[in-house]
Amino acid sequence: MSKLKKITRRSFMIGSGLVAGGVAFGAHKVATPHANPLLAELREGEAAFTPFIKITADAVTLITPHTDVGQGVQTAQALLIAEELDIDLDQVTLSFGAPDPAYYNTALADEAVPFQSADDSLAARSARGAAGAAFKLLGLMVTGGSSSVPDSYEKLRMAGAVARETLKKAAADQTGQPVSALQTKQGAVVLPDGTRIAYTDLAKAAADIAPVTEVSLRDPSEWKRLGKPVLRNDVVAKSTGTQRYTIDLELDGMLHASVRTNPKRGGSAAQYDTAAAEQMRGISAIVPVTNGIAVVADNTWRAIRAVNAIGCEWPDAPYPAEMADHWQAVSDSFTDDALDKEWRNDGDVNAALGTDAKGVQQIEAEYFAPYVAHQPLEPLCAVARTLETGIEIWTAHQMPRFLQQKVAAVVGCDADEVIFHQQMAGGSFGHRLEFDVVTQAAEIAVAMKGKPVKLTYSREEDFAQDYVRQISIGRAKGALKDGGVHAWQMDIASPSVTASQMTRLGQPAAGPDTQIAAGVWNMPYAVPHLSVRAYRTPELAPISSWRSVGASSAAFFAESFLDEMIHAAGADPVAERLRLIQSPIHRAVLKAVAEMSDWGAPLGPGQGRGVAFVESFGVPTAEVVQVRDTSRGIVIEKVWVAAEVGQVLDPINFENNVMGGVAWGLGHAMNCEITFTDGVADQRNFDMHDGMRMAQCPQIEVRGLTNGDKVRGIGEPPVPPAAPALANAIFAAKGQRVRRMPFWNDVDFA
Amino acid sequence: MKLKVNGTDHQIDVEDDMPLLWVLRDVLDIKGVKYGCGIAACGACTVHLNGDVVRSCQIAAADAVGFEITTIEGLGTPDAMHAVQSAWVDLQVAQCGYCQSGQMMQAAALLQAIPRPTDADIDDAMNGNLCRCGTYPRIRAAVKQAADTLAKG
Repeated sequence: MSKLKKITRRSFMIGSGLVAGGVAFGAHKVATPHANPLLAELREGEAAFTPFIKITADAVTLITPHTDVGQGVQTAQALLIAEELDIDLDQVTLSFGAPDPAYYNTALADEAVPFQSADDSLAARSARGAAGAAFKLLGLMVTGGSSSVPDSYEKLRMAGAVARETLKKAAADQTGQPVSALQTKQGAVVLPDGTRIAYTDLAKAAADIAPVTEVSLRDPSEWKRLGKPVLRNDVVAKSTGTQRYTIDLELDGMLHASVRTNPKRGGSAAQYDTAAAEQMRGISAIVPVTNGIAVVADNTWRAIRAVNAIGCEWPDAPYPAEMADHWQAVSDSFTDDALDKEWRNDGDVNAALGTDAKGVQQIEAEYFAPYVAHQPLEPLCAVARTLETGIEIWTAHQMPRFLQQKVAAVVGCDADEVIFHQQMAGGSFGHRLEFDVVTQAAEIAVAMKGKPVKLTYSREEDFAQDYVRQISIGRAKGALKDGGVHAWQMDIASPSVTASQMTRLGQPAAGPDTQIAAGVWNMPYAVPHLSVRAYRTPELAPISSWRSVGASSAAFFAESFLDEMIHAAGADPVAERLRLIQSPIHRAVLKAVAEMSDWGAPLGPGQGRGVAFVESFGVPTAEVVQVRDTSRGIVIEKVWVAAEVGQVLDPINFENNVMGGVAWGLGHAMNCEITFTDGVADQRNFDMHDGMRMAQCPQIEVRGLTNGDKVRGIGEPPVPPAAPALANAIFAAKGQRVRRMPFWNDVDFA
Repeated sequence: MKLKVNGTDHQIDVEDDMPLLWVLRDVLDIKGVKYGCGIAACGACTVHLNGDVVRSCQIAAADAVGFEITTIEGLGTPDAMHAVQSAWVDLQVAQCGYCQSGQMMQAAALLQAIPRPTDADIDDAMNGNLCRCGTYPRIRAAVKQAADTLAKG
């Protein structure tokens, strides 16, 4: 708690500077807040003290700029503000806000630098600081990297505190009472005699005074809302079919479009035979788009049916047509020339592995992780309508400001003439970091000249155009001595997911990619001789961030091989890991999961347990999977998860995110891959790539640990340990090593 | 043709083979029913025909004539929720929420057929409803809670 107290004493940078407006250039710019976007839209008598809170005579509106993709972060953001503002969630209106540099994300910078999360050295801190400053300069507004809570944790509570103290000051001026005599409760300033003045009634007075920016944050022990179970703001709508997503939007006179673009990704447009489509009912236009063709109709089904009736001969993709050649390219990347970075070189691995000394046992193994798809259940969808100058866009997107730039380039307008309306997302898992559906909607809208158009992908098109998770191979060698792990060489090769994405964003991706060996180069294990090397395969199929990104493949390799070494050494998988870990915070996570699962307790016939421990996005996460080998195949009976996050803001939503992450990790490891034949994805719907389903889903028991001094996000960290913990459990149950995903290639599941 | 949805008759002019899913969504503006796959592989479009659970993406509009069609909007509303919906709220099942209309329609039909479902019954009935967010443990608990509520009357 000591460090948490420290930040509560830090004064708030956003506030008066914002209202004064204007930004200086040079180094000073980094320390100067971005202008408050809410000020531009205010009318007489309305107040906006920070970019996150707007108060009018009618309503208190909280702005929650991080995209809600199902992880519940809109509620989390609102709670952070409400905790300090002293207002209940049913008293406020929530808004996603407009894209603005004021909503830059600094927490993401932590993940972009090659330092372990526990590294608090000057070099690590200055690298994080530099990356954070760059993100602020760019106004990089991103939802991703499990960064929403860390990014919001201090900012939004400060926003609430500034607004609260300013409202109290306004009430003090109005009533003649000293500020110290005033309290705030449930959306009102309370006078000593109990009289309540609603915040909305103070809007005008508060707008006329300078914001109070010298404020302190409450200690977590004083929290009334955070840290306790809370009803998500969207739960009733999502339980009654009344939540509206992009795909549900209706605008007056709106047309419906569907599209097919070259499924050989990056290949150019085809010659099209549109004769059949033109004759179909309800068709109003056939519009060429980049690398493809769209049909505009009077409903979605007619648009999809007609676009599927267009004959297309697609030119080839720039990557190999057949899957075997993708694997070969990765396999060929373990060379000095392709070395992206030697991340760890502790001790003398070559000497330790080279020895044939008595009592040293050597093992080696190779692991494979295939392409997998994102495929949130709401298909990609966007609504667009051109304006006299510019365009309006409705969709759910994780990078709204890049979206504006991409759309502006299509339309030929300025980025700030792209009016973006953020929507609640029907899932993402990284899918809504890409732009194709939005730029295509813009192209179609331009052709339709002011008529609103909703572009909906068919599921088949969504699969065909998915920017999949990286394909990867891991090669490992180990030496065991004295009943323990003595030396470990872990080599990992894959294309660079960071480079693939940054190229599409038109951004540089200099230096090594932290993602190729994510979750591995930052392992907390003090193996006497340890080498971790990442090799970069040239771009194959275009790839993108898939829930937990690099660690989803790299940590599967490392935690599987560590288990192989531990078993070969005759050690216990939990005890040997604990022997190799010094950090008390990390040890506590492993000990917690061992205690929760009663690790070491006798098991029944056919049962087996595996453990895996991965830190990703700064969250050390340990999982124990228990399986039973039955005549119908492997049954996953139960999973225990412990994760260190600094603070649990909402225990229910925390548990939901962890359960979902485990199901995601297990389901894809068991059941999913994307393969290419003739350059086209073979899996085009959920019958061939579904992930987890009810009958395979185990019980999942969750514990959040709060020993660390930094608050972390939990969307992704539960994913990486799931696959290796399952593979290790299968070995424990039936003595079979599963070294490639999806596991159903080698094992039957009930 | 004439379709009866949530107790209301609608006169519509569509192709006989237009899937009920798209008639509901795009013609009748009943948006609780969701498009997920179009091939009965995800269950997001689940509705009831005379109380029987069906995937509306696989039902031709003409074949739905004469049936009582019920969507999530007909199951209950925010002000008057079905026991299944109340359990979904109480246990905070939804994450992205996109599949949950279909999950609840499937669960309501399950409880109609088997008022006290076992885990195996739930697996059998719910396995066709895909949730990419992985809310299955909470769905299982919510089905049981709704069963308790319905049993108490």
